[in-house]
Amino acid sequence: MKKRLGKILCLSLLFVAMALPALAAGEPPAIDTGDTAFVLISAALVMLMTPGLALFYGGMVRSKNVLSTIMQSFFILGLISVQWALFGYSLAFGPDIGSLIGDLSWFGLNGVGQEPNADYAGTIPQFAFMIFQGMFAVITPALLTGSFAERMRFPALVVFTLLWATLVYDPLAHWVWGVGGWLRNLGALDFAGGTVVHISSGVSGLVIALLLGKRKGYGSEVILPHHLPMTVLGAALLWFGWFGFNAGSALGANGLAASAFVTTHIAAAAATVSWVLTEWLDHGKPTLLGAASGCVAGLVAITPGAGFVNVPSALIIGLLGGVVCYLAVSKLKAKLGYDDSLDVFGVHGIGGTWGALATGLFASKAVNSAGADGLFFGNPEQLLLQAYGVLAGWIFAAVMTFIIIKVVGLFMKLRAKEDQEVQGLDISDHGERGYMS
Amino acid sequence: MRKMTKIDIITRPAKLEELKEAMNVIGVTGMTVTQVYGCGLQKGHTEVYRGKEYTINLLPKVKVEIVVCEVPVEKVLEAAKKACHTGQIGDGKIFVYPIENAIRIRTGEEGDIAIMDPSDIK
Repeated sequence: MKKRLGKILCLSLLFVAMALPALAAGEPPAIDTGDTAFVLISAALVMLMTPGLALFYGGMVRSKNVLSTIMQSFFILGLISVQWALFGYSLAFGPDIGSLIGDLSWFGLNGVGQEPNADYAGTIPQFAFMIFQGMFAVITPALLTGSFAERMRFPALVVFTLLWATLVYDPLAHWVWGVGGWLRNLGALDFAGGTVVHISSGVSGLVIALLLGKRKGYGSEVILPHHLPMTVLGAALLWFGWFGFNAGSALGANGLAASAFVTTHIAAAAATVSWVLTEWLDHGKPTLLGAASGCVAGLVAITPGAGFVNVPSALIIGLLGGVVCYLAVSKLKAKLGYDDSLDVFGVHGIGGTWGALATGLFASKAVNSAGADGLFFGNPEQLLLQAYGVLAGWIFAAVMTFIIIKVVGLFMKLRAKEDQEVQGLDISDHGERGYMS
Repeated sequence: MRKMTKIDIITRPAKLEELKEAMNVIGVTGMTVTQVYGCGLQKGHTEVYRGKEYTINLLPKVKVEIVVCEVPVEKVLEAAKKACHTGQIGDGKIFVYPIENAIRIRTGEEGDIAIMDPSDIK
């Protein structure tokens, strides 16, 4: 592994490419107004994804749980933003300790300010980089909530989320993106968070779904989405925000950002088509929920490779992403019998895994010189590196989530009581309801 | 106190307007309408969510409750049958019950007077 360090160091400069000319000239990094504007707007776009996700999930639950489901995402927007400013950012991106985690020297954003940090993005204020990354830290645990929708108690959710963000998300973000992080040093590619965001949330979601058990009535009662138009509105906001998520990950207003924007859109579009067609063939009717699910599957699948692959590759990644995720939620889930309420594992876990591996197949230096070539461009080693990253993400997320859930379960009740679940969490946890009729 | 009769008509939501109009024509002055779900001979349908199939056999219907004393029951039944009939499975059912008493809450009047228009009584 060590002999790859040279190549890997080059890769680790991926996000810093814009700063190189300035550094070479011996000048301190200078802020670029275009880059700054772009990254700030991208951060705002990513912020909108979390309330979008809340609507996406809210429409898919029964009407008695619509508010509690939306609340889980919306409250996390507040909770993790505070955690991020206090210590999350420092743990994820602060000075490295043993390639595993950042230290706490940036506690409370101490020393993080209007000046750029050339390690991450040399042409924008570190504040812009910090808040952009903060939005990722927010949406990841919000994605997770779909796996235990309609049954986890709110107090348990709050404690779990705080621990999970601190002990799973922050270290994983450091491994993959932090200066000194071991997966970054290894050369595993993850442009906008296939491993950090999607594999981590998807695999953790599966573990929680298994530990908490099925919803009352799952398999015997009819549990249907109560408001699909709301779900489609949410999916549309996710698609829209994802342009900030992926294109913004170029951290500059440049050609790479445009390329990532295009690959993101093409993959989402392709997966929308392929999910709908697959379902049409399988069940005889094309559904709107399938179209909304398909676009999210495509967005997930392209995320790790968005800035490394060309458009034809994005098309293939999206088309296959839609099919693979459809099979995961309709066949695999039925076969294994777990109750992942809103298919976090099927869409994010499986889609993220496919995307991370696909990056090892389709990545091309012609798209991004700071990246690497994949298997189809003459470098089979990259696929192994990607598999390594995927494996690390799976094991770390699964083991840590298992431990956190077990520990939290010692101190508080995780799951709503049976009568509370029957009544719905909106009334039992929050004392309010979404609809008055 | 004259004999009072309650008639429940459970039928397709799409037939509600026609039914109301038919009742109006024969002089029925009041009714209570509820949106309900029901099943009978009519088969439901299948819905698919993320590849999982659900059989839905409770279908939306309306229940129209009418109490009459002056208007002949037969006339109501004929008008309702005519308004709600399509000839297809799912047209619905009509149930007829005797009524023991009725009370107008505003005035406390009891019996047939309670379900009649006061202007008609004069």
